[in-house]
Amino acid sequence: MAATADFRPTEGDDDRTLCFSGALTLARVGGLSRRLDEVKGEGVILDLNGVERMDTVGAWLIYRMVRDHGAEVQGADDDMVRLLEQVAEADQPVRIRPDRRSPVTRVLGEVGDAVSIAGRTLLGLVGFFGAALIATGNLITNPKRFRLNAVVQRFEVVGVKALGIIGLMSFLIGITIAQQGAVQLAQFGAEVYTINLIGRSAFRELGVLMTAIMVAGRSGSAFAAQIGTMKLTEEIDAMRTIGVSPQEALVIPRLLATVVMMPLLGFFAAVVATAGGGVFCWVALDIPPATFVQRIREVVPITDLYVGLIKAPVFGALIALAGCFQGMQVEGDAEQVGIRTTAAVVQAIFLVIVLDAVFAIFFSSIGWI
Amino acid sequence: MSTPADPDAPVPIIEVRGLKNSFGEQVVHESLDLTVYRGEILGVVGGSGTGKSVLMRSIIGLQTPSEGEIEVFGEPMIGRDEDEAKSIRRKWGILFQGGALFSTLTVAENVQLPLREYYSYLEQKLLDEIAGYKIVMSGLPPEAAPKYPSELSGGMRKRAGLARALALDPDLLFLDEPTAGLDPIGAAAFDELILNLKRALGLTVFLITHDLDTLYAICDRVAVLADKRVIGIGTIDELLAMDHEWIQSYFMGPRGRAAAQPKVTEAA
Repeated sequence: MAATADFRPTEGDDDRTLCFSGALTLARVGGLSRRLDEVKGEGVILDLNGVERMDTVGAWLIYRMVRDHGAEVQGADDDMVRLLEQVAEADQPVRIRPDRRSPVTRVLGEVGDAVSIAGRTLLGLVGFFGAALIATGNLITNPKRFRLNAVVQRFEVVGVKALGIIGLMSFLIGITIAQQGAVQLAQFGAEVYTINLIGRSAFRELGVLMTAIMVAGRSGSAFAAQIGTMKLTEEIDAMRTIGVSPQEALVIPRLLATVVMMPLLGFFAAVVATAGGGVFCWVALDIPPATFVQRIREVVPITDLYVGLIKAPVFGALIALAGCFQGMQVEGDAEQVGIRTTAAVVQAIFLVIVLDAVFAIFFSSIGWI
Repeated sequence: MSTPADPDAPVPIIEVRGLKNSFGEQVVHESLDLTVYRGEILGVVGGSGTGKSVLMRSIIGLQTPSEGEIEVFGEPMIGRDEDEAKSIRRKWGILFQGGALFSTLTVAENVQLPLREYYSYLEQKLLDEIAGYKIVMSGLPPEAAPKYPSELSGGMRKRAGLARALALDPDLLFLDEPTAGLDPIGAAAFDELILNLKRALGLTVFLITHDLDTLYAICDRVAVLADKRVIGIGTIDELLAMDHEWIQSYFMGPRGRAAAQPKVTEAA
């Protein structure tokens, strides 16, 4: 390996000459740059006779001395001269970093940006919903354009493939509710009401809500990432130019899939959660399954099922709209896909929970208690 | 079979022997041999799907071949552990097809990244200066330095990718279709840039291209990939002397003849 780059003043009376030695290369410059900065004064002579090799970094250091201190180069061979010329040509004032603003204006700017983005997102979402409605209308008047294959494929991905994880999740939630409920109700000697708790909360709230959260995480994010990536690779633009409406080809199948699958999955989740609670009641509270089922039929009104089934498609639509809308907003680079996917899931879950609260008040006030 | 660019010192930089690459049933390379000598620009051509990029990925260690040996700078590349490979990696620079810039970093930060990785002792001021002149050297306007890759055009991204590939002052440069997607003026400027850099820095260049003009303008030798191996390697004249159908139709097709035209007039 070549020696580390070094320089020292020549001995004797003429100490304005700096003799360089070793390899003036990136790997060997070490702290040479800092030491050269300390050299003061004009008209230094740089003697390169002892230099074994030089690359652009070495050439840059030499060139910098020439530029800033009017130094003179001696003993450079042809290659070195050429390198020095190349580097000198490439010396232009370059601004390395983007502009930095003061913290105060930056915070204010970010707050403003956040508000305007929130407003625009809400508006955009409403607009997107409108566009989806128009596309649905077009499909109803032109049923030939309906993409059955795409829709059935979405059904499978959104619905059938989610059965396992949603079943497992619901089963565990049923057990948890039953266990927590039993512990609290035991204080009043009312363990038997655990069944009410399980049945009613599963059908009315938890089944659909937990399913919505799972679908938002599974499918809403997938919609945003898929459409976002298609946006980046100009597939969406290609689609438009061929005359295929992305709303019809991409959004409607996904929207339909979540709208149709959410009630089914929500019902499935509620049943499995109830079964999980039943298992707990059987094992821990000695309530036999037959009694459990009979009690469930007595205490859970059919309106609880309706409440769940009415909410489910609305939540499904929200999830699909948020996912597809955010996917369509992707522009620029791969990082955007990640940001938009996160936004899709957060938005979907947030809207689902807000709407769930609205539904709760609504159903109570119409007497479905 | 061939003469290196510099007959006095034919130092092999890349040696590939008996390379075999396969993806499942599909065999891309079979007993492929290739040698790249120090200081030359080797153009690699071949029809689509002949495995040009796979060959490059094998050499730089992104793809482990099923069989064969690969040596770069005289060091075997297959089965290297990460630490040993690092000392070789700092001696080469790679320009991927799309530039492969890191999208969360500015152009200047992209160029500085390999420098920081390998030479963490360099001070910020010098890093900024190095990034600055590399960016200008790669043919980018200075205003591009603080920009993010998403704000650049395709051609500028390629140049930024080249600036990053040159960051470590490599001895060996891999270029995967550097002029694809550039306008003819931009492509010619890019050719000249690479030729200049090669002359100034003594680079060895492994260049995958479809661009016949590039082949004529800057390549010392050309390797032709077909039938899962290198069917011919040499100067374009040597290749033309070979009686292979693909080579003949490649260089003697309408585009090939058009690209050869300026060379002929220059010679005359």
